[in-house]
Amino acid sequence: MADTATLVRGAPATPAPPTPSRRKWPKLKFGPYLLILPTLAVIGLLLFWPMIQIGIMAFQKVGTRQLRGEPAENVGTQNFTTIFADDEFWLSLQHTLYFAVVAVGATMLVGTLVGLLLNRLGKRMSTFVAGGVMIAWATPPITAAIIFTWLFGTTGGLVNWVLDRLPDWLVGGGWLDYNWFGTPLSTYTVLTICVVWQSFPFVAVSVLAGLRSVPGELYEAAKVDGSSPWRTFWSVTFPLLRPIFMVLLVLSIIWDFKVFTQLFIMSGLANRDAFNLSLYAYSEAFGSLSPKLGVGSAISAVLTVILLVVTAVYVRYMVRQGETA
Amino acid sequence: MNPSFFRRFSLNAAGVIVFIGAVFPVLWMVSTAFKPNDEIFSVTPHPVPFHPTVEHFDFVLNGGIADVSFWTYLRNSVLLAIVTVLISGFLALLAATAVARYRFRFRTTFLIMLLVVQMVPAEALVIPLFLDVKHLGMIDSLAGLIVVYVGFALPFSIWMLRGFVAAVPKELEEAAAIDGAGSIRTFFSVLLPLVAPGLVATSIFSFITAWNEFIFAYTFLDDQTKYTLPIMLQYFFGRSGNEWGSIMAASTLLTLPVIAFFLFVQRRMVSGLTSGAVKG
Repeated sequence: MADTATLVRGAPATPAPPTPSRRKWPKLKFGPYLLILPTLAVIGLLLFWPMIQIGIMAFQKVGTRQLRGEPAENVGTQNFTTIFADDEFWLSLQHTLYFAVVAVGATMLVGTLVGLLLNRLGKRMSTFVAGGVMIAWATPPITAAIIFTWLFGTTGGLVNWVLDRLPDWLVGGGWLDYNWFGTPLSTYTVLTICVVWQSFPFVAVSVLAGLRSVPGELYEAAKVDGSSPWRTFWSVTFPLLRPIFMVLLVLSIIWDFKVFTQLFIMSGLANRDAFNLSLYAYSEAFGSLSPKLGVGSAISAVLTVILLVVTAVYVRYMVRQGETA
Repeated sequence: MNPSFFRRFSLNAAGVIVFIGAVFPVLWMVSTAFKPNDEIFSVTPHPVPFHPTVEHFDFVLNGGIADVSFWTYLRNSVLLAIVTVLISGFLALLAATAVARYRFRFRTTFLIMLLVVQMVPAEALVIPLFLDVKHLGMIDSLAGLIVVYVGFALPFSIWMLRGFVAAVPKELEEAAAIDGAGSIRTFFSVLLPLVAPGLVATSIFSFITAWNEFIFAYTFLDDQTKYTLPIMLQYFFGRSGNEWGSIMAASTLLTLPVIAFFLFVQRRMVSGLTSGAVKG
């Protein structure tokens, strides 16, 4: 399977980065360091330093006076005791976790099924459907959120109209003026549909790319042996595509864990009952007239630590796959 | 009707359903944008406008949204995106050349760092970065946002571009060196033209990152004349949540350029993110 990597990459076929030769190109001793220096400066200043700042500010009181330039005062672990004693924090954490589990599960399931379907379709039909799927992927998060708010709108919303038309024994009655953004559960239902709609294409296209790299003989052999499609998927396709599923799973978890824009549009800062961790942190930091950036940082620190653990799994996996070679 | 025909038929039917599910929300947005108000709120929704109108686009384009003209927001968004593309493209090309062409100490560390920082939640960093930008007096300045966007676009751009640089045969550069070209000359006459397609793909990625970005622009920008299109859209949506025709017209204007770019670049994007995930 030496050439599968090339296939997975899609067009243009970029082969695995060849091991750079020892011969220097061109002859510059500090060449590579000079070339990565600007990147290191940008990343250090914009990503690493702020991460350290979160760690520092989580133990400080940073409010209106500090925004005017006064030095921050250390308050020890007070920010953390505040948030851990706040029901809002546990509710937000719960929302974040439940949403991640449901949205990631649904994204992987829908994405994989669509990927398998695209692989079975004829060439022209496959390109056509993949093109449509790309459109969902390409929609900016803010417009996606606004479109779904409109689709699930109380007045003039299409979904309520359809649900009202469906027989009552199937979906119940009274849908016409149902407010989807009235309770956290219904808000998150819309959010999940919106986020899955936007993220399943990436899974589908990646799974398709992976499937195209599986040698057809394996499927022929499975067919000859009388394997059912279900069995073939779990015994042939899944093991071969496990690396792809692994990467997709980790990326989906990371993306769905920190979803902000869509929930901000659908529910907003006023609706505290429906917060997730990102929104809760943002609301504490900027939401009121007396900003509490220290408390916001403490919440962000919790979010960052969770994501770093997931990232560690991802990085370990990529290193083992030889991606950093 | 034989079974293989039936199977092909049901597969294609499933394909059509997926297609409709994927594009329907976007079509509904465009369709609403062209509907007159009485059709938008009619008791029986129409899939397409019976009496298409451009009144909502006219309203959005001619300053109905806020006190500031739509073209100001468009200019801000385009300016931000283009400068982000130029800076991150240039820096990414340098770094990608380093990792694809040289073997140096900390090379692996650098690559791992690129992976890690792609996962850093922007939603968390907005708090310290707001404080930094505030202390630097760069609130309401597009330059402050550009710097942040470069930071967020750069790691993935490098990751994506290094495959393109590695694909250029090194013999070409060696030949140029033998012919007496210096390293700068080799870079501009040999490497740059050959990685141009990769640079285009990376640029579109950075463009979309900057064009779509919401949370930093929302936090850093206070002055309405500095708003970008997403912030304009959110502001308008928050203020007049029921004027769906105009909201959808504004959303359409924000979305269509991204969709066009995206369809152009998507294959390279997938390969960048999951490249090498399957290796024999």
